[in-house]
Amino acid sequence: MQIHKYDTVIVGAGGAGMRAAIEATKRSRTAVLTKLYPTRSHTGAAQGGMAAALANVEEDNWEWHTFDTIKGGDYLVDQDAAEILAKEAIDAVLDLEKMGLPFNRTPEGRIDQRRFGGHTRNHGEAAVRRACYAADRTGHMILQTLYQNCVKEGVEFFNEFYVLDQLLTEVDGVQRSAGVVAYELATGEIHVFQAKSVIYASGGTGKFFKVTSNAHTLTGDGQAAVYRRGLPLEDMEFFQFHPTGIWRMGILLTEGARGEGGILRNKDGERFMEKYAPVMKDLASRDVVSRAIYTEIREGRGCGPEGDHVYLDLTHLPPEQLDAKLPDITEFARTYLGIEPYTDPIPIQPTAHYAMGGIPTNVQGEVLRDNTTVVPGLYAAGEVACVSVHGANRLGTNSLLDINVFGRRSGIAAADYAHANDFVPLPEDPAAQVEAQVERLRSATGNERVSDIRRELQECMDANVMVFRTEQTIKTAVEKIGELRERYLNVSIQDKGKRFNTDLLEAVELGNLLDLAEVMAVSALARKESRGGHYREDYPNRDDVNFMRHTMAYREVDATGAESIRLDYKPVVQTRYQPMERKY
Amino acid sequence: MSTPNSPTLDKHSSALDAAENTASHLITVTLRVRRFNPEVSAEAEWVDYRLPIDPKERVLDALHKIKWEIDGTLTFRRSCAHGVCGSDAVRINGRNRLACKTLIKDINPEKPITVEPIKGLTVLKDLVVDMDPFFQAYRDVMPFLITKGNEPTRERLQSAEDRERFDDTTKCILCAACTSSCPVFWNDGQYFGPAAIVNAHRFIFDSRDEGGEQRLEILNDKDGVWRCRTTFNCTDACPRGIEVTKAIQEVKRALITRRF
Ligand SMILES: Cc1cc2nc3c(=O)[nH]c(=O)nc-3n(C[C@H](O)[C@H](O)[C@H](O)COP(=O)(O)OP(=O)(O)OC[C@H]3O[C@@H](n4cnc5c(N)ncnc54)[C@H](O)[C@@H]3O)c2cc1C
Ligand code: SF4
Ligand code: FES
Repeated sequence: MQIHKYDTVIVGAGGAGMRAAIEATKRSRTAVLTKLYPTRSHTGAAQGGMAAALANVEEDNWEWHTFDTIKGGDYLVDQDAAEILAKEAIDAVLDLEKMGLPFNRTPEGRIDQRRFGGHTRNHGEAAVRRACYAADRTGHMILQTLYQNCVKEGVEFFNEFYVLDQLLTEVDGVQRSAGVVAYELATGEIHVFQAKSVIYASGGTGKFFKVTSNAHTLTGDGQAAVYRRGLPLEDMEFFQFHPTGIWRMGILLTEGARGEGGILRNKDGERFMEKYAPVMKDLASRDVVSRAIYTEIREGRGCGPEGDHVYLDLTHLPPEQLDAKLPDITEFARTYLGIEPYTDPIPIQPTAHYAMGGIPTNVQGEVLRDNTTVVPGLYAAGEVACVSVHGANRLGTNSLLDINVFGRRSGIAAADYAHANDFVPLPEDPAAQVEAQVERLRSATGNERVSDIRRELQECMDANVMVFRTEQTIKTAVEKIGELRERYLNVSIQDKGKRFNTDLLEAVELGNLLDLAEVMAVSALARKESRGGHYREDYPNRDDVNFMRHTMAYREVDATGAESIRLDYKPVVQTRYQPMERKY
Repeated sequence: MSTPNSPTLDKHSSALDAAENTASHLITVTLRVRRFNPEVSAEAEWVDYRLPIDPKERVLDALHKIKWEIDGTLTFRRSCAHGVCGSDAVRINGRNRLACKTLIKDINPEKPITVEPIKGLTVLKDLVVDMDPFFQAYRDVMPFLITKGNEPTRERLQSAEDRERFDDTTKCILCAACTSSCPVFWNDGQYFGPAAIVNAHRFIFDSRDEGGEQRLEILNDKDGVWRCRTTFNCTDACPRGIEVTKAIQEVKRALITRRF
């Protein structure tokens, strides 16, 4: 075991982690631990754009953006945070441009902007051009630009280091962050990083679903690490299902395709979104469109031999426009489906896309241990965190924005904290938990296979807690997950080695997915209403009287060692916007 | 109320019919994988795996099936599974490709499909190679925007044409398929390699950048662009369709004319 000492340690090198690193490295001795090489992070898969009311192509302002974010989130958004997001968006985009990001340009040479779902002029009058973009590879450009600037700033990376545990030490009756424990892929060695401040920026958890736009590596490691240490997870029942994933594969086709004029059609060729959202039509917010698609499918208007998908039709758009604005996604259709989007519509279905919930933080990125108290020295930003700016449903282009705004904020706050405070002593035998976990998996002889349990988990989640949920389906999921967790205790792996043991790490990742899936299902069961991405057929309406509040889920262990989940609730911060019915 | 039907929806093309065909046509393929684990043996060996697979699936899916159902020790890198993260460049039937962007049906499943690590970088285990020298070469070309003077308050202006000038080389995902297909790089790992030059190109031809001269000096080095022998392997290998050789030629021309 090795011990390292840094002022600031950042877990993850996607957009949020690297944006934080650029700030933290200038101010404090910083290490970035990442399980992937930075440029492999899933931020690079983001396509459509990053929202900011630059007003480069038409009238716009940050107040409209704030409103859209709150309404899009079905009023579960903390309004003070949404206001910061929308206000700081403008500088966040300009900063990226100054760092070198090659945005598409207007004829005047300014950053070009396009339409995206739920972003409107003057509180819902009509769609507004707010998404700043670089073709349909905006996330790729953000990730590359941030990595380039990390190279420039000399940011210190520990690549292919898996953080598996969060260390907390009680000082003067207060639990403080003491550092993290990481597993080095290349050697199997365990490293303890003592740090004055730690920032989690380890991304989402979409891999507990089967049809998902998320990478294989998005297994919620950060959420699981803090949750196992008794810290809460907020609003985990809210997961976004993006309307347009490639049928059965889940590969994302950006909403920008509809922003450019693409139309969703059922098997009769009908533009069915006109029925569900007369004003915004295909650009209504994502939960609305995903439900509409499944309603079409359930009512027998789905396409294909099994009627289990609908079409994204781009055939009426000029090929030059597709080449210039949507080159990557049209290539995905060619590569993975063998069809030509110039002339054929693309089979799509909703795909599990984005975790609105996560580690609760305040607007400085400080992690909360309950509704109000922070854990000194602990921060989170990006998809792993829940500020909450996305509430019950995130608007497209608001996540690339979130990672930049709150990545930057947490980087600055964590470095400042490191300046003002001393190291906290490490707990006794800091690596013990990770060593035991790794040792147990290496020497296990049970007869369960990681891939079987993972597949069953994914199938169960798709069937029971996706776009439509009921008490019945959620209970089925809770039960099944419980059973899978039991079976997980019996998994064994084939690779017993130290070197690049991805067999071992897949088993660890599965353990994280199981824990988080359970939190999601239990939180969803208790929320007896429909709001944003959480739709209960047995409670189809939003219930502001009982559920205008954030879920806080805690892991409890009783004297016998039995685990359970305790749910608590946190008020939503409301400033100037009163909840209204959400129509598009 | 509804808009006219899209003409293509009335008559399906055969490609769409094929894409929507759900009948599963599993075929049996042999993957012949180059295995190496120094913890077990100093020698690399070829190992054959026979498995049923839908030809519409990816080589990455086949590797996963082996790892998940046959032999958990098989080791490779991957993340996004759709050609955007650059993790899984490997040699498939002797050509550098991304395993996640290569469908079984596109590579003649009748014969054994060989999968081996990319060449010119040290193999660490099975398909995993040491990427550090590759990223070092990238860092050496100063792959970041260099500007002088005060920053503007708003964005820097750039015309659509100026933006288009370097569009091709912004697509790079640093997968190393190009560099590890280059015979010059195989013989001499000191050569910067195509990927680093592609990333230098991305800045040299960016109208906002003022570091072109510095970067050109770096590439003028004995291990720089002049080593390129224009074999076009890199362009063939690039999964992003970047015209790599052309980019290298443009950098060479810029070195001669000092105009870019
Ligand atoms: C296909 C797709 C398209 C999208 N398009 C858009 C869009 O157009 N606009 C928009 O706003 N949003 C979009 N999103 C959402 C947005 O891209 C993501 O939410 C955002 O990029 C997440 O960034 P992040 O930095 O939080 O996480 P990531 O980029 O996922 O990075 C996570 C990092 O954490 C590291 N990590 C994970 N676990 C560990 C561990 N245990 N130890 C150490 N390191 C670890 C990883 O190595 C990685 O570096 C899209 C998402 C997807 C999937
Ligand atoms: S130029 Fe192409 S082949 Fe080379 S590293 Fe970049 S994406 Fe890969
Ligand atoms: S797994 Fe990301 S490029 Fe293949």
